[in-house]
Order: sequence, then C-alpha cells, then structure tokens
Amino acid sequence: MAHIQLNDLRKSYAGQEVIHGITMNIANGEFVVIVGPSGCGKSTLLRMVAGLEGITGGTISIGDRVVNDLEPRQRDIAMVFQNYALYPHMSVRENMAYGLKIAKMPAAEIEARVAKAAAMLELEPYLDRKPRALSGGQRQRVAMGRALVREPAAFLLDEPLSNLDAKLRVQMRLQIKDLHQTTGQTMLYVTHDQVEAMTLADRLIVMNKGVAEQIATPQEVYMTPASEFVAGFIGSPAMNIFTVQVQGGEAMLPGGHRLPIAGLPARPEVRLGLRPEDMEVVGEDVPGIPVVLRSVEWLGADAFGYGTIEGSDVPMTLRLPGATAAARGQRLRVAPVEGRWHLFAPDTGKRL
Amino acid sequence: MDNGTHSPLVARGAARTLAHLWMILGVIIVAFPVYYVFIASTHSVQTILRPPLPLLPGSEAFENYRAAFSGEINRIGGVSLWRLLGNTTLIAVGIAVGKIVISMASAYAIVFFKFPFRMACFWLIFITLMLPVEVRIQPTYKVMVDLGLIDTYAGLILPLIASATATLLFRQFFMTIPDELLEAARVDGAGPWRFFKDILWPLSLTNVAAIFVIQFIYGWTQYLWPLLVTNSNEMNTIVIALKKMISFADADTPWNLVMVTSVLAILPPILVVVLMQRWFVKGLVETEK
Repeated sequence: MAHIQLNDLRKSYAGQEVIHGITMNIANGEFVVIVGPSGCGKSTLLRMVAGLEGITGGTISIGDRVVNDLEPRQRDIAMVFQNYALYPHMSVRENMAYGLKIAKMPAAEIEARVAKAAAMLELEPYLDRKPRALSGGQRQRVAMGRALVREPAAFLLDEPLSNLDAKLRVQMRLQIKDLHQTTGQTMLYVTHDQVEAMTLADRLIVMNKGVAEQIATPQEVYMTPASEFVAGFIGSPAMNIFTVQVQGGEAMLPGGHRLPIAGLPARPEVRLGLRPEDMEVVGEDVPGIPVVLRSVEWLGADAFGYGTIEGSDVPMTLRLPGATAAARGQRLRVAPVEGRWHLFAPDTGKRL
Repeated sequence: MDNGTHSPLVARGAARTLAHLWMILGVIIVAFPVYYVFIASTHSVQTILRPPLPLLPGSEAFENYRAAFSGEINRIGGVSLWRLLGNTTLIAVGIAVGKIVISMASAYAIVFFKFPFRMACFWLIFITLMLPVEVRIQPTYKVMVDLGLIDTYAGLILPLIASATATLLFRQFFMTIPDELLEAARVDGAGPWRFFKDILWPLSLTNVAAIFVIQFIYGWTQYLWPLLVTNSNEMNTIVIALKKMISFADADTPWNLVMVTSVLAILPPILVVVLMQRWFVKGLVETEK
C-alpha cells in the first residue's frame, strides 16, 4: 500500500504530445477513477503508471520512490487488463501464483495467499481449471485474484468490466467496491462508463484530449463541473448546454425568452448549462423556458422528454415524473431549480 | 414428386461413391510402389529379376533382413546398416532441432524486441526464401572446406539449419499472442527469458511439433548436400548408401538388400508422422489460443 504522486506527467508519440502534463496526489488507500471518452489518453496514463509506456516528461512516484525508469515488476504494482490476459495454458491456481513464483516466494506462502484470494473471490471450485473452461465473470475474478495475491503497493485496473454483460457488470462493480473496502488498497481504475466512475471513485480524474479537466470527488464533479466538457460528459441524460445573451442581469435564451439567472457575469455571451433533472414544470405566469416536446421516453419511475426550446432549434432534455401526462407535440414551461445552473465561458469552456 | 425429393440425395450418394473410388484409385497409385518395395524385400534376388514381378510376400523376408543387418550391407557399401540408420537419424534430428532453435530465436527477436534495423533483419530472412539450396551450394561448400567440416556431422547439419520458412511460421504464430499477455507477464515480473520459457514455449508446443515433423523428414531425405559434403562411407546417410548400392548392371545389384534398405529408409519418417500426428495436425489447424 502506498500513495502515488503524478507530477506534470507528459507523453509524446513521435513529437505529438498526447498527455499534456497531469499533476495529482493519490492518497494511500484511495480509489481514483480515470474517466473520459475513448482516445482521451486515460489508458495511456494508467499504462505510464504501470511502466508499460515510457514517460516523456514529469515524474511518477509510488510510495516515496520515483519510478520513472523502473520496469513494471520493480514498481510493486498489479494490473488487471480489459481482456484479463490470463495465461491460457496455466490453471487458475498457476495463473494466480505465477508472479509470486517469479518473486521466489516460499511455496507454502504462495499456497496460503492463493487460497485467501480464491476464498475472497469465490474461486475455490475452479482453481484447477484452465481459463478457457471459465465464464467471462469467472475469468474477470481470476484476473482480480492474480492482482490480489501480489499484495502490491497499488492496483491498476484498465476497464476491467467492459467485457461483461450488464448484469454481471453491476455485480462485479459491487465486488470491486467491497474488495477495496476490505483490503484498503490504493486503486487506480480506468473506465469510460460514468456509472462505474461515479459509484466506485473516492475521486475522479475526468480526462479530455490528454488534459485532466477536473480532479475531484464524484459529488463535486456532478454539482460543480469545472468545464463545459465535464458538465456534458458526467450525468445521464447529458446536461443541456446552450449559449445565452446577457442583457440587464437576465439571460436572453434562444427563441427570445428571458430567464432571470443570479450571478451572470459581465460579458455579452455565456454558455448556460441545465441538467434535465434540475428543472421543474412551472405555470405560465412564472419566468421559464417553453419547451416543445418531440418525444417522451417512459422508464417507469420517471420519464425523459426530448424537445426544443420554443422558437428555436436548440435541443432540450427534461426529466419528468413517471406519472407525467406529457406527450409528443405538447408545450411545457420549465424553470431551473434555484441555484442549480452552471455557467461556462464560451471561449475557454471553463466554469464561471 | 417422390422422385423429385429423393433425387438430390441419390445424386449426392452417387457423387460420394465416385469421389471415394477416385480417392481409392489415388491411394493405390501412390501406395503401390511403396508396397512393391516391401514385397521385393521379402524375395530372393533371383525371383526379383525374373519376370513377372511377384505381388505377394515371399519366403525370404527373414533371411533378407537378417543378412542386411548382419554385415551384407557392410560388404557392399563398406558401412553397416546400423551406422547408416544412426547417421541419418542424427542428421535428421540435428537439422530439425537446429532449425527450431534458430527460427524460434529469430522470430522471438523480431516480434518481441525493438532494435535498430529490425524490419531489415526480417526482410533479409524473408529474402533467403528466394534462394534455393542449389544456388548457394558452391559457396557453402567452400566455407565447409575452409572450416574443415567435410565428413563431419557438423558439416552435414549446420548449413541446413537456417530456415526462413520456420522463422516465418513462428513469427506469424507469435504475432497472434495478445500484447496484454506479454504485459501481464511483465507486470508479474517475468523477464524476456522467463516469458519465453513459461509462456511462449508452452503455447508454441503444437507448432514446434508440426515443424519438427516437417523438418525431420526434410533432414531424413536430404540427398544433394550429404552427397557433396561426405567422402567417407562411414558418414553416408541411408539415402546416399542406397544410391551407392545400385550398380549399372541390373544383375550386379543385390536388389533384395536394396529393397530392405529402402524399407528401413521409409520407416522412421512414417513412425515420426504417426507418433506425432495428433500434435502435428493440431499445430497446423489450431487457431484459438
């Protein structure tokens, strides 16, 4: 167990910089999730920590050691791969024991550690099977077990659940969470799935194009996204973000509607972000946003209304109560819940 | 419409019978000379020389084989049958093992290591495919003479163990190994040697078996190179000895013993194929790793 320190970490391929300087301290025992769309550099970042990718600039420390020039095996880390990367010719037991065997650990100790990990992951009945005789979920657990027996300074997980079906994914997500709580391991976890990110993380790194847009707890990321990108990426359905004119302390919406918003900055234009779940249907006499619904998706507990702001083609998604009578073609007047709006600079995308 | 529904089946049945007959015919054509070799090895030389050719085993089998093993071959060719079989086995195994070692090592380097001129190395190996043994035989011979390797096992084996084909085969196989497997091994602490020994080698076993079979037969049936690089009868391979046993005049050739030697020349490759067949086929067809 150890803390990990990333200091202005950079990576270039053939002169093209893909990771633009990431600085972060991961506390001992913390669960940090790196989340972002594909191609944002999240896997590259993880692989740099693992030592599978070289580092162009900056430093990585694990514990109190700078590990920039150390081989993966010298970094005291364990990794879980997306496709598990189990050794196909070895039994589950041998797969888990392989790293320890190389480290020349006494056989009795290896046996004890494998038994402990197998018990924790409910893998005991499968110890003598080959990976090809296991289901996807079992393989995933073996991959976890292989990391677990090492008792490393840090766990690195690269989209470990993305090859599982939806039901199993939820189950394994809970299991990983439990595992983190029982072992107290430092974990660095890459995913593109925001549900995994929000539910697992103590803290999130939201990445976009090689930049850490925000490093914060899931609550902070959701409540106060640091940039328009983060606002649009976290939350489902995605936040409605559009440009409004600032006129006399009020926001002039597309379609010519006025909306009083507190704290508008002194600039002519601003990007306004409203989450679908942060809006309520209001009466005609209250200032609000008229929305014409194009379609309504009923999900049971609630419903999603998709439409446009009246008099414009700016799309608007609303979260409505499950009992709503709203239907296609209907006009609804909605207003943001007090204080639950987000303002971003049109040029930099940063939160205002 | 009964006929209509049945006719495709009938046609298929007829086609299958025809196909079988055709294949049986093919097998007979291929197998007959081999069968005849065996038949001839069981007759006396007089019976063989007097037409028509007998098609059933004769009574001289025991006598012929006993004579061949107890010195008759020695009298004709100056070297015992045991020695011939020993020489050939040594050379065939030497070539097969040598080829596997060299080609696995080069494929391992080309696929898993980054070094300057890696692709140049690959293409150099690839280009040698275009040069048949006969083209480079003269310079190779000169090198062997200069190294004093004429009439030695090293001289018989070494020039034949470099193999572009086997290198390419192993390269293709190594490239199907997922990168993550290598990375998982690196994280587990395996260096290049351990990765090879613990992961790559066990996964390659079926391919190794297939290449061993092919190269063993290649080594066993070598003719031109052993002919050039050996002078002494003691270093002959069984194929060379067979050639030397046949004189120009039919009557001077001990055909019964030639046929015994032929049978013994055919048997070991067949044994290798039969014993390793399961692995051999697996190595050639297996794709899932």
